[in-house]
Amino acid sequence: MADIQYSWPDRDSSKVIGGRQIRLDGMAKSTGAAKYAYDINLKNMLVARALGSPHAHCTIKSIDSAQAEKVPGVVHVHVLDHAKPGREIRWQGELLVIVAAETEAAAMEGVSKLRVEYEPLEVFVDEFNLEAAKKAGRTSKDGGKVQLEKEPGDDEDEATFADKELERLFKQSAHVVEGFYGIDAITHCCLEPHGATVYWDNDQLIAYLSTQNVSGTDEGFANDLKIPADKIEVRCQYVGGGFGSKFAPDYWGTAAARIAKATGRPVKLMLSRDQEFKLGGNRPSAYLKVRLGADKDGVVTVWDSDHWSSPGADGPGVPQGVIPYVFAPKNYRRAVTKVTTNNGPARAWRAPNHPQGCAITQTAYDDMAARMGISSYDLFLKNLGTDDSPGVAGAKPSVYAAEMEIAARLIDWKAKWHPHGKGARRGDIVDGLGMSLHTWGGGGHESTCTVKIHPDGGVESFCGTQDIGSGTRTVCAMVLAETFGLGVDAIRINYGSSRFPVSGPSGGSTTVGGVSESHRRAGQEALAKICEMVAEKLGVPAAELIADDGRIKARGDAKKSVAWKEACAMLGMKPLEVTATFRPSRNKSPLSDTKVGGVQMAHVEVDTRTGLIRMRKFVAVQDMGLIINRRLAESQIYGAVIMGIAYSLFEQRISDPASGAFLNADMSKYNLCRLGDIGEIVVEMYEPESERSRGVIGLGEPPVIGPGAAISNAVCNALGFRVPVLPLTPQRVLEAIKNNAGRA
Amino acid sequence: MKAFEYAAPSTEAEAIELMTERAGTVEILAGGTDLVGLMKQMLVNPDRVVNLMEIRSLREIEPTPSGGVSIGAAVSLEQILDSHYLDPYASLKQAINNISSMQLRCQGTLGGELCQRPQCWFFRGGHGLLGDDGRAVAQGDNRYHAVFANAGPAKFVNNSRLAPALIVRDARLRIVGPSPDAEQWVDLADFYRIPRHGEQRENVLRAGQFVSHIELPDPGSFQCATYEVRQGAGPEYPLTAAAARLNVQSGVVRDAKIVLGHVAPTPWRSEDAEHELIGKPLTAETIEAAGLAAIRLATPLSRNEYKVTLAQVSVERAVRMAAGLPPGGF
Repeated sequence: MADIQYSWPDRDSSKVIGGRQIRLDGMAKSTGAAKYAYDINLKNMLVARALGSPHAHCTIKSIDSAQAEKVPGVVHVHVLDHAKPGREIRWQGELLVIVAAETEAAAMEGVSKLRVEYEPLEVFVDEFNLEAAKKAGRTSKDGGKVQLEKEPGDDEDEATFADKELERLFKQSAHVVEGFYGIDAITHCCLEPHGATVYWDNDQLIAYLSTQNVSGTDEGFANDLKIPADKIEVRCQYVGGGFGSKFAPDYWGTAAARIAKATGRPVKLMLSRDQEFKLGGNRPSAYLKVRLGADKDGVVTVWDSDHWSSPGADGPGVPQGVIPYVFAPKNYRRAVTKVTTNNGPARAWRAPNHPQGCAITQTAYDDMAARMGISSYDLFLKNLGTDDSPGVAGAKPSVYAAEMEIAARLIDWKAKWHPHGKGARRGDIVDGLGMSLHTWGGGGHESTCTVKIHPDGGVESFCGTQDIGSGTRTVCAMVLAETFGLGVDAIRINYGSSRFPVSGPSGGSTTVGGVSESHRRAGQEALAKICEMVAEKLGVPAAELIADDGRIKARGDAKKSVAWKEACAMLGMKPLEVTATFRPSRNKSPLSDTKVGGVQMAHVEVDTRTGLIRMRKFVAVQDMGLIINRRLAESQIYGAVIMGIAYSLFEQRISDPASGAFLNADMSKYNLCRLGDIGEIVVEMYEPESERSRGVIGLGEPPVIGPGAAISNAVCNALGFRVPVLPLTPQRVLEAIKNNAGRA
Repeated sequence: MKAFEYAAPSTEAEAIELMTERAGTVEILAGGTDLVGLMKQMLVNPDRVVNLMEIRSLREIEPTPSGGVSIGAAVSLEQILDSHYLDPYASLKQAINNISSMQLRCQGTLGGELCQRPQCWFFRGGHGLLGDDGRAVAQGDNRYHAVFANAGPAKFVNNSRLAPALIVRDARLRIVGPSPDAEQWVDLADFYRIPRHGEQRENVLRAGQFVSHIELPDPGSFQCATYEVRQGAGPEYPLTAAAARLNVQSGVVRDAKIVLGHVAPTPWRSEDAEHELIGKPLTAETIEAAGLAAIRLATPLSRNEYKVTLAQVSVERAVRMAAGLPPGGF
């Protein structure tokens, strides 16, 4: 058999790819037939609930579970290792003791009867306040980078040279802006909390885990439980939100397995809602002080910033690499400080660090436009540079420029833009426009897929991937349907078990690239084998055969063909099984690529007396290489924009300065936007042949990056001054109005 | 949730009997959109729950002989919206429409809405209603707390979204219990109180009592409106709100009543704002003066000064809307 050239059909001959196939599991999800980990109820199952630390910082003195054990229905009490007397607890909500009972109510009552003595310790959660953090000893240097066009002389001290050189560059700048910008920590807020339903089948552990990482979490259980990974199966058909926070079984997942072992019964342990907020993950905050200088055209040539960021008690903060974001001035100094607080540790949140980088730096670029009295559009355009001499570190300048033009047309930028703070007033309402640019990788992860073709024509695939809501199942079915010339309904997709061939975790927009690679490869290889059999029968070289419209046909000779079922019958008694693997490498794959760019624009209204902001319109223009499913791709962007509006205007983790308590760890107090708050959202795919021919690129992260900067810039355009920190709550808008009295 | 006894009486008398102190602590269920959450979080742990929803007399809306309307405490908010008897009380319907959750409007009742517990996050976080004798709020994050009447330990705000609209309409409550035939009428304006110690609740109900009916007097020729500062379109509580009742003749305000919501431990009547309006022509200047007067007594806490501005704007916009003018903002 000749080597197979992996490829996608071109735009005109694609029958399925690029279409608008509705989600294959849409009906199951909307009727409740879809079973999430939370929905799995097993015979004789115990329900477990946990006591979380009421203190944000304390030492455990003693734990007494005697009364809890007496509660009718309570079967087992499990004290976690990190909660043993003498241990330090560093954030509120950290689980201490788990109670498993016949019912959730009994478990809750058992939890309420636990007696724990704590020694409270000093609390620090005021991450916004760098001086207070320094005083409390909660800061540490977290990297930084200096890059200057000029180099220091041989005998010059680098730091002193940088100081002098930056001063010289600022002096020769035609325009200089100094500013402060920030974005608060938010949580992942997964509708389905973290957790698992587990049981033991003799020495085999079966875990229904709410996870983004089906193929990788069995190892997590194995390491913690000290059993071979081949004795574990992780299952997950549906995930109620992960956003980067569900890559591991977590200690509560393995604790559920331990309790199941100890009691000999299945156990369900899902975090309670407040625990989900406190432990389930959060996105680091970031605050930045900056001075930037531009030449007479507005091209920023020098950037000098200090930023601080808090991942809570543990983990990395926002690094210097996203400062400034997308734009790459020729001279810069960027210093970073990490602030450690008594909040739960951060986890990866959709496009880690990019939304923060974008929100705290492209606002500064917008302020440069305001300082110069020019349109933000013109300033952003000038700073793009050219494809030969780019001023950006992301997608190509020509891609951004083309996308900006489209976005501007869709939002009617020319007609609606006005100089900052100079728009017409309707009663107490002013309006404004803002924009932002973003970039992301999105190359496919390693993925293996087995395609099985049955002699009766049935096609199924096996892959240890997961569908985190983005439509992976549908995409895989479309790839195979296209490959075999069949309808999507003719394909059975099997995923969501760690027993299936390994596929990467769904993080970093890598899934669609990975699974479309492995499915297409396995599909093309299987098809080649079918064609070899058909070739003999039709007397046509296999290379001349194509799969189309339910038949294997000779290219250009419609008379020579066999029906798909007939072709498969040639397999005889046993099915054909083909396994293919995609491994990302430096060599560009013909099926996928990495690196995208996008442009977003926002049109807002601000009520200058109440500080309320309303979204009028939001435009998102995005490239993503070849689009497999246009409807799902659009849906990803709508979702990302809504999530972006939420963190721009509403979402905020509120920690009590006195006690460190997470005060709004509750769906009724953790504000999110509603459909009535999002205005009109316009999504435009940028898919010229130059982009389509690059192959598949992931889309999950990119469109969630830009809303913060675009909306903040629009509010600044409306008011004429900056509301420096996201989310832009009425309180903050009113404070900014007060600080800029007379300017609104 | 702690195990509890559940009772669903079909008459007021049965309900009163079931609320006997012998049953231990008793909570009234009138929809449950608040109570069930409080019980699940074990913030409220009754020995017995008495459900009023099966009592027919509490589920009716009826005209009264004096030209007003009587609304049973277990009438759902959606039923109020649907009732033509309540058409003349448009500002009440306006306030209900602001609760933009079909579930809350269908399941929530008028009695339950008026008797809901405060949303104060220290209370809901398990620190008790007065949060460490007021210190939790005073020293902590109090951005949503009271800007009036907050000198004592109670610094939460009353979160009823309908009380201001009903108080400007001079609504009265019928309270029954604790003895089988005990009945009293209380002005809604006098129903709420500011607790001074942990044993007190946010209203005058004693053990064994519950609100059975809410009565609105003849709608008269007043112009009423409710304005809420809502951060989003969802069912979240507003930051501040105001209800206004005006009687304007020949362009001059003859009578006015202004009640603010979400600014004090009780609905907060502003006589200062009313004085600024009464006897004056209804001009932009008068309205602005009323807004300013409304916040004269404000005593913001460490982090909620912005709510004073919002209270002022709420009064101005409620008055503008009552006068038939556009509010000027969202």
